[in-house]
Amino acid sequence: MSFMQAFLEALESLNGNKMRSGLTVLGIVIGVAAVIAMLAVGNGAQASITGSISSIGTNLLFVFSGSVQQGPAGGPGGGRSGNNDRPLTLMDAAAIADPFAAPSVEAVAPVIQGNWGLAFSGENTTTSISGVTAAYYSVRNLQIAEGEFINEEHILGQMSVVVLGPETATALFGHADGIVGETIRIEGQPFRVIGVLVARGGGAFGSEDNAAYIPFSTAQARLIKRSSRDEVDVIFVQATTAEAVPQAVEEISNIIRQRHRTPIGIDDFTVFTQQDFLSTFETITGILTIFLGGIAGISLLVGGIGIMNIMLVSVTERTKEIGLRKALGARKRDILLQFLTESSLLSFIGGIIGVMFGWLIAFVVGQVATATGNNFTPIVGMDAILLSTSFSAIIGLFFGIYPASRAANLEPVEALRYE
Amino acid sequence: MDWVIEARDLVKTYKMGEIEVNALRGVSFKIERGEVLSIMGPSGSGKSTMMNTLGCLDRPTSGEYILDGESVGEMDDDQLASVRNRKVGFVFQSFNLLSRLTALGNVELPLRYAGLTEGRKDRARAALEAVGLGDRMTHRPYELSGGQQQRVAVARALVNNPAIIMADEPTGNLDSKVGKEIMNLLLNLNKDLGTTLIIVTHDPKIAEQTQRVIRLRDGELDPASDEHKGDHS
Repeated sequence: MSFMQAFLEALESLNGNKMRSGLTVLGIVIGVAAVIAMLAVGNGAQASITGSISSIGTNLLFVFSGSVQQGPAGGPGGGRSGNNDRPLTLMDAAAIADPFAAPSVEAVAPVIQGNWGLAFSGENTTTSISGVTAAYYSVRNLQIAEGEFINEEHILGQMSVVVLGPETATALFGHADGIVGETIRIEGQPFRVIGVLVARGGGAFGSEDNAAYIPFSTAQARLIKRSSRDEVDVIFVQATTAEAVPQAVEEISNIIRQRHRTPIGIDDFTVFTQQDFLSTFETITGILTIFLGGIAGISLLVGGIGIMNIMLVSVTERTKEIGLRKALGARKRDILLQFLTESSLLSFIGGIIGVMFGWLIAFVVGQVATATGNNFTPIVGMDAILLSTSFSAIIGLFFGIYPASRAANLEPVEALRYE
Repeated sequence: MDWVIEARDLVKTYKMGEIEVNALRGVSFKIERGEVLSIMGPSGSGKSTMMNTLGCLDRPTSGEYILDGESVGEMDDDQLASVRNRKVGFVFQSFNLLSRLTALGNVELPLRYAGLTEGRKDRARAALEAVGLGDRMTHRPYELSGGQQQRVAVARALVNNPAIIMADEPTGNLDSKVGKEIMNLLLNLNKDLGTTLIIVTHDPKIAEQTQRVIRLRDGELDPASDEHKGDHS
C-alpha cells in the first residue's frame, strides 16, 4: 500500500463517520487555537512593552553610582549601595559632556531625585521630584503640553519654578490645563508652575506622568540634603546614534574610572543602556509567553488523548474489518499505516483549522484592545504556526501509535470471528 | 500428481486458560490441483480450525503444511499475509464486504495489498464481469442483494488468481435459489479457471455437489469418509 492510498482510505474512513471525526478534530482545533492565540498575545505584549521602553528616549544611557557586582542599585535613582563608592558629581557629568573625551555623547543630563509632598490649597500629594537641567528635556524626549520647560535662566537664578507631570497636576488641581502661573508648595516652600508635560503612559520606572521637575540648582540648594554639594543621583546620557551606544558606554566608563581612580575591574558606578532594559523585559515577557503557550499546550495534549480514545474505539469497532483485511493479505505495517494515517490526518486537519481559529482569536483580542484604548496588537508569528501544527501532527502520530499497533497485532482468526 | 495441498500430521492445540484443547489431532491428506472438495463435520469437530489452517490464517502447532509448494508451518506473520494474498481467496458466509467501498473497491483490496499500482482497476473489472456483475461496479454493498454481495466476494477471492479458494458456508446466508446460483458460479469458475475449491459446510446438499468430501470428527479425519466421486483421476 502506498502512502497516497493510505491517505485516500483514511479520508474515506473519516468521512464515513463525520460527527465523530468532527468532534475529535475539535479537541485539536481548540488546543492549536489556544497555543496560537496565547503566543500571539505574548508576542504582542512583548512588542508593546519594548515599544514603550523605546519611547523613553532615543539612544539613552543611565549612569549611576554603585556597581552591579556589589549589589544592584535597582535601576537609576535607586541610590548608592552606601559603602566606599564615590558618588557621581556634577563634575563627572561635565566630564562626560566633553566632546573630545567622549565624542559619542550627544547630551548629558545630571539629575537628583527625591520624594516630597506637594500642596495646593488643601490638596496634598507626594511624588518623585527631580532636579534637572535644561538638557533633560531633549535627552528624555519629553513634550510640553502648556507653558515651558526648565531653561538655563531658571537654573542660574535658582528659581523656584516647577514643571508638573499631568498626573501630579490633576492630583493637585483636579485638571491638567490652565494651571501655568499658579503657585504650589513643595515641603512648605512656594514654587511657581511654569509648565505641564504631555501624558505618555507608563514607563520603565513607573509612571513618568506622576512626577515634578525643578531646576537642578534649586533642588540642590533648597530641598536635597547631600553630604557633597555636587552630588547627583543619576546621569542621563544621550548617545549620538543607536550604533554609538556601546562606544559611548566605553567612553563614559573610561572617564569616570579616571576621575574616581578606581582599581581596574572594580567600578564604583554602573552604566546601564536601554538595551539592557530591553533585554531584561524581553526575558520577562519571553517567560510569560512560554508559560501561556505551555498552558495552551496542555489543551493540545488533551486533544491528543481525545484522538487516542476515538482511535481505540474505532479499532474495536472495526475489528472485523481488520480481520478481513488481514485475510486478504494486509501485513502488520499496512494496518499500522492505515490507522496512523487516520490519526495524523485528524490532528493535521485540526491543526490547520486551529491555526485559522487562533488567528481569529488573536485578531479579536487586538480589536478589543484597540477599542478599549490599549496600544496592543497580538502578533501571530510563523514560528508559532509551525510549532503548533508540527506539535499537533506529532501528537496525532504519538497518540495514534498505541491504537494502530493494537489493530496491527490483532490475530486474523480472532478478528474475523469478532461480531 | 500435482498436489496443491499437502498436509501431514497437522496438530492444533489451543490453550483456554489452564485447559488445553486439541482442535486437530494429527490430520493428513493431500488435495490435487483443480479439485473441488468439501470439508464437513459437526460443530466442535475442528472444521473451523481446519479452514483457518488451510487458509493460512493460523499456523498448526505441529505437523507440516505445504500450500502450492510453500511450507507454511515456519512462516512469520507477514509471510503468512503474503501467502494469503497470493495463494488463497476467501469467501465467507457473511460476505464480509467493506460498506464504505464500492463493489470495484472491494474487489481491488487484495490487489492493493499485493502492492500492485497499475492495472488494478482493469483486473478488478474483469473479475466482476466474470461473476456477472459488470453493471454493478460502482454500487456499494448496501445497494446490492445478498446474492450480488456474495458474487462481489467471489470476484474478490479470485481477482489475485489464487491457488485455492476457501469458501466457508458460502450459501449459509442466502435462500436456496440464490444459494444454488452461487454454488454454480463457484463450480463453473473451478471448471473454467481450474482453481482448487475448498468448501467448508455442514449442508449435505452442498457436499453432494463436490467431487470429494472430507469429514472431521473430534479433530480427526474419518478415513472412511474421504470419498472420491467423479472421474477426475
